Amino acid sequence: MKAAAFRYHRADSLAEAGEMLTSLDNARLLSGGQSLMAMMNLRYVIVDHLIDLNPVSELAGISHHDDHFQVGAMTRQRCFLDDDAVAAHSPIFREALGYVGHLQTRNRGTVGGSLAHMDPAAELLGLAALTDADITLSGPNGSRQVAIAEFPQAYMTPDIKVDEILTAVRFNRWPAGHGWDFREFAQRHGDFAVVGVGCLLTLDAAGAIDRAAVVLIGVADGPLRLPAVEAMLLGMLPNADLFRAAGEAARHPEITGDALVTADYRRQLAAVMVRRSLTNAHQRAVQAMNQEHHHV
Amino acid sequence: MAKNHVTTTINGEPVEFLCETHETMLDVLRNDLGLTGSKEGCGSGDCGACSVMVDGRLACACLMLGAEAEGRSIETIEGMAAGEELHPLQKNFVKEAALQCGICTPGVLVAAKALLERNPDPTETEVRYWLAGNLCRCTGYDKIIRAVMDTAAEMRAN
Ligand SMILES: Cc1cc2nc3c(=O)[nH]c(=O)nc-3n(C[C@H](O)[C@H](O)[C@H](O)COP(=O)(O)OP(=O)(O)OC[C@H]3O[C@@H](n4cnc5c(N)ncnc54)[C@H](O)[C@@H]3O)c2cc1C
Ligand code: FES
Ligand code: FES
Repeated sequence: MKAAAFRYHRADSLAEAGEMLTSLDNARLLSGGQSLMAMMNLRYVIVDHLIDLNPVSELAGISHHDDHFQVGAMTRQRCFLDDDAVAAHSPIFREALGYVGHLQTRNRGTVGGSLAHMDPAAELLGLAALTDADITLSGPNGSRQVAIAEFPQAYMTPDIKVDEILTAVRFNRWPAGHGWDFREFAQRHGDFAVVGVGCLLTLDAAGAIDRAAVVLIGVADGPLRLPAVEAMLLGMLPNADLFRAAGEAARHPEITGDALVTADYRRQLAAVMVRRSLTNAHQRAVQAMNQEHHHV
Repeated sequence: MAKNHVTTTINGEPVEFLCETHETMLDVLRNDLGLTGSKEGCGSGDCGACSVMVDGRLACACLMLGAEAEGRSIETIEGMAAGEELHPLQKNFVKEAALQCGICTPGVLVAAKALLERNPDPTETEVRYWLAGNLCRCTGYDKIIRAVMDTAAEMRAN
């Protein structure tokens, strides 16, 4: 199938894209096209106007700060795999982005497009949830920030108004020496995950967990943080029993089934994967601690 | 509706074309420019049969508009052989019989060439990961992987 006819508009700046979005009816933004073009080719989506953000260079790039890093909406997904600074301070990004589609789709697909498309299994949404990210939207009356927890409104429906453009996302950094793990279960490499798990943790001097974040993707409308699991880890000395119990606590009631898998199957996967993910994140944190002692 | 006038570079040659806004890059290559080497398997980014290089990066031509080629440099399978002289990858695909129906082959070759330009000494795992966006329903992949590994070894030796 082929896309239905529409008008194509090239935006050269954010301001120009904003004006077009406000003045044109039934218009859509085109970023990487890796979801939108496929939906248009299948005629799931029919638009009258397409506003191409690709020439808007002011929206692309990563800037690093002490406690966070800011990523422009038009930054390609592959940049997380190429950027050594991100790999150094937030290694979970490289591990997670390796699961996003294929080489072809990561070369074109953008960060903003992924967040705006809001597929329930999008790795970038999971990473945003894990790092308590803030999303910046630009509209006719200026810009506003939305916390990732407030961003998903319903299935594939983010808090973006029709005349707003997602311009950037601010991911918070975790302290040096944190443990991390991202893993997925999918039928084939590059498919959207049946279940994905991400976790971050830090250890105190005695080796007890003093901070933890755990997220599931692909299991609900948006990324699902697991505050109950995180709370039961705090202050605890890690061992196999603790991580097994944490996995059991990950069988969240909001986990849903779909045409291909049942909710119970997803809960079972979540239990096993959260246990393994925390175990690996803990090992990495211990390694980081040992390396630090070595350097002193 | 007004057609788009696009100025671009294809396989090193400056090219100008007119396209409908809703034509994909793949439509333009195949229908307007007669470059039918790139294939359409799905039109949704899943199969990789339409793989081309856009400014030196592998991309699916089916998920890109022809109009987006403005000012870019596109490379397709047609630019791979030097005249009658096949690229080492093409030779090894023939030698290993790394194709049957051939519909995936142009995309696989373009992707494999991109890999070897970046990483002349890939492991088998790296080759498989790199080519994961290219589906083949005939060969079972084994001969494809072997042909790419052999070519890499050969090109390193020369
Ligand atoms: C074969 C295949 C496999 C894939 N596998 C995965 C996967 O494993 N994980 C994953 O996360 N994704 C996957 N994807 C999707 C891919 O990551 C897309 O790139 C992503 O979902 C959308 O980003 P995009 O830049 O391509 O956006 P587009 O397709 O251009 O746009 C997507 C939507 O977002 C809107 N939009 C785009 N930019 C903005 C903006 N700045 N502000 C407001 N709205 C905007 C568009 O109007 C459109 O509705 C896959 C895609 C394919 C084709
Ligand atoms: S035709 Fe482009 S990926 Fe299948
Ligand atoms: S040779 Fe037929 S699909 Fe690969």
